[in-house]
Amino acid sequence: MDKNISFTLKIWRQNGPKEKGHFETFQMKDIPGDTSFLEMLDILNEQLVGEGKEPVAFDHDCREGICGMCSLYINGHPHGPATHATTCQLYMRRFKDGETITVEPWRSAGFPVIKDLIVDRGAYDKIMQAGGYVSVRTGSAEDANNLLIPKPDADEAMDAASCIGCGACVAACKNGSAMLFVSAKVSQLALLPQGRVEAARRAKAMVAKMDELGFGNCTNTGACEAECPKGVSIANIARLNREFLKAKFAD
Amino acid sequence: MKLDSKIPAGPIDQKWTNYKDHQKLVNPANKRKLDIIVVGTGLAGASAAASLGEMGFRVLNFCIQDSPRRAHSIAAQGGINAAKNYQNDGDSVYRLFYDTVKGGDYRAREANVYRLAEVSNSIIDQCVAQGVPFAREYGGTLANRSFGGAQVSRTFYAKGQTGQQLLLGAYSALSRQVEAGTVKLYTRYEMQDLVMIDGRARGIIAKNLVTGKLERFAAHAVVIATGGYGNTYFLSTNAMACNCSAAIQCYRKGACFANPSYVQIHPTCIPVHGDKQSKLTLMSESLRNDGRIWVPKKIEDAKALQAGTKKGSDIPEEDRDYYLERRYPAFGNLVPRDVASRAAKERCDKGFGVNNTGLAVFLDFSEAISRLGIDVVRQRYGNLFDMYEEITDVNPGELAKEINGVKYYNPMMIYPAIHYTMGGIWVDYELQTTIKGLFAIGECNFSDHGANRLGASALMQGLADGYFVLPYTIQNYLADQITVPRFRTDTPEFDAAEAAVKAKIDRLMNIKGKRSVDSIHKELGRVMWEYVGMGRTAEGLKKGLEEIKRIRKEFETELFVPGSTEGMNNELDKAIRLDDFITMGELIAYDALSRNESCGGHFREEYQTEEGEAKRDDENFFYVGCWEYQGSDDKAPELIKEPLTYEAIKVQTRNYKN
Repeated sequence: MDKNISFTLKIWRQNGPKEKGHFETFQMKDIPGDTSFLEMLDILNEQLVGEGKEPVAFDHDCREGICGMCSLYINGHPHGPATHATTCQLYMRRFKDGETITVEPWRSAGFPVIKDLIVDRGAYDKIMQAGGYVSVRTGSAEDANNLLIPKPDADEAMDAASCIGCGACVAACKNGSAMLFVSAKVSQLALLPQGRVEAARRAKAMVAKMDELGFGNCTNTGACEAECPKGVSIANIARLNREFLKAKFAD
Repeated sequence: MKLDSKIPAGPIDQKWTNYKDHQKLVNPANKRKLDIIVVGTGLAGASAAASLGEMGFRVLNFCIQDSPRRAHSIAAQGGINAAKNYQNDGDSVYRLFYDTVKGGDYRAREANVYRLAEVSNSIIDQCVAQGVPFAREYGGTLANRSFGGAQVSRTFYAKGQTGQQLLLGAYSALSRQVEAGTVKLYTRYEMQDLVMIDGRARGIIAKNLVTGKLERFAAHAVVIATGGYGNTYFLSTNAMACNCSAAIQCYRKGACFANPSYVQIHPTCIPVHGDKQSKLTLMSESLRNDGRIWVPKKIEDAKALQAGTKKGSDIPEEDRDYYLERRYPAFGNLVPRDVASRAAKERCDKGFGVNNTGLAVFLDFSEAISRLGIDVVRQRYGNLFDMYEEITDVNPGELAKEINGVKYYNPMMIYPAIHYTMGGIWVDYELQTTIKGLFAIGECNFSDHGANRLGASALMQGLADGYFVLPYTIQNYLADQITVPRFRTDTPEFDAAEAAVKAKIDRLMNIKGKRSVDSIHKELGRVMWEYVGMGRTAEGLKKGLEEIKRIRKEFETELFVPGSTEGMNNELDKAIRLDDFITMGELIAYDALSRNESCGGHFREEYQTEEGEAKRDDENFFYVGCWEYQGSDDKAPELIKEPLTYEAIKVQTRNYKN
């Protein structure tokens, strides 16, 4: 059985996008190690509501690491200290008794704060709308097995497609670049014959939209890959650069 | 109210073709003049919004999360069924249809299920064309795995993330339509009520969850694709925001609610570990392809496991009871979910549970790892093993012990949990509810899974409804609406609907009691699990109904919602949902109490065979139980029956033994 721990929480509070934010400190006592990080925040919020105070607002939904809704910058790491795990998959046994745990929202020009730890990631939807798809009409597809795809290509496309769109890569990047996110989608579709037809247009349109929305440039620090909860590889960024250059040369 | 299921005439395999050949269509110029509201962006909602937009309708699409891609369809792990017969193992549209009806314990509507099986192949084609990276063989063809309730391999999958990949496919199609301007997306918006004009669904009131403001939206038709009601039980595998409010709003406005007691309890979830737990995590059913489920044969071994003085790997092969293989030799570990869940409960009730609460059984990969090697097993289930280890601190791929040359790996511990709801808003063959112009698709309708859903069929149904059924059938309704001009939202109907929502919100804010939303919701969940859960009795259900009434009173007098109605207020949003969960809980209990038989996910302890199997009563309960709201939550709903008629399949007792 895991043992219980007590610790100090330093949490970012901000009432709205234009308000000034500040840190607020809370003492947490006897939290079991098999409590997830978000369940620990639930416990805090129950306490706050019990005291008639407003709970801490944070994004979360599936709580099994796949929806990409949860975020949180914990002790300087997006999704906290565990590797290949989202905040909802982080358990308190990772922390020490007596520790101070600092919790902040994603900080990036592309993701303005809405309230407390919640940010607006609508920019990701806009980048997807710029070209993150294969243009195929419902009902117009041929039999699925007419299109043979080598297993290694399908597997590599799947690895790229495992991106959950959480925004950790942007939060981790000193330039606030969304290149890992964009490259994951561009790679997935560039690796598959279905996606090749529009590959050039897609790479240009998604990169242009990313630039337009205020995300920074990639300087190959690799911080995004290190913090990505799904282990999406920066080899995808190299592929995006190739696709982008090919498209530009073809113009 | 009389229910007309509008099942087309003709032999079962020609009904859908005949329907499509003769339904009314809307021409392109008129499509532009017609507005459709789609609430929800899961597999059903996103695929419907994308397809309708592509056809030329003007679509307004709503979701409660920050992006359509977050909808809970994303969490489906195992796969999606289709009758392709790529494995040459004897599959066909008829077999998929038959397995689904049988798996549903003969309580589904035949014609709807046949259509589902019929369009299943087009779904796979469509998803592949979108770039969904399904698993493949070395020759480049698509790979399949098997799932519970079937003797063929018809499940297509993308690692253990099939739902994610299918949803991202639908989301990409939706994104394309947003860019094209045919779909307008409203994220962080939650439907608060249905607006009716002259007896037809004509719009919704939605709350902007960021500003807290109520907003009005009008359309020629409203489609709800808002998922199931599993969170009524508080602890379930559903996401935290999954709720039944949209469905309950429609129910209160006159849409019948069908078969609410058919709740699926999934056999392979990580067991409950403490009272602070917020949700239960599913371990994919695909694990049952290679994992073997067992408890100890000897009660003293079980006691030692419960006391923590023994571990699973300490118990040698000859002392293990692989109870599913013992009871159901033909299907073994791959029996349908309801059967597997009840069998686990039976063993635990007899004292053979394997953890400190006595409410867990083992899922063991020792045999598979010895047969295939750890690399192959990890390739199939690696992400699930990692997920299990992160949560429980136990690695199921780790060698624990060797006894007499047999290698024992750490087994997983699992227990059944609320997962999916087969019941839902009643719809006819066209997916239209009892309210004209209101359609329900995906998990939030009732039609295809009967009393129990087979694995890998939820994704199939969501996408079938959204891509291939609703875009056709809704036109049969809209063809009569082409002369109806766009609606204004400054009408008395919208005024009244918004005022009612505002009054409800003010009421909740002003209770000013002492209890948090979650504390009351947890109490509701405990009552539901105890009295309306896996094993139900008439006595227990009556007690449950009393308890739910008490909880409603508690909610109405003791609730405390902090903050204000302006800006973001998650506690307020949860309170609004809980109000509806309480109504839902009562509906489930009423239906379970009235259905004096056991079938699929509904197990009444009074109605079982000597061997403990579910005992159906086709003579008296061969119908869809539809509940009509009587104008107030204080009045019991009225039961209306839609009789089932089977033409293609002979109704018989389910048999997974031989």
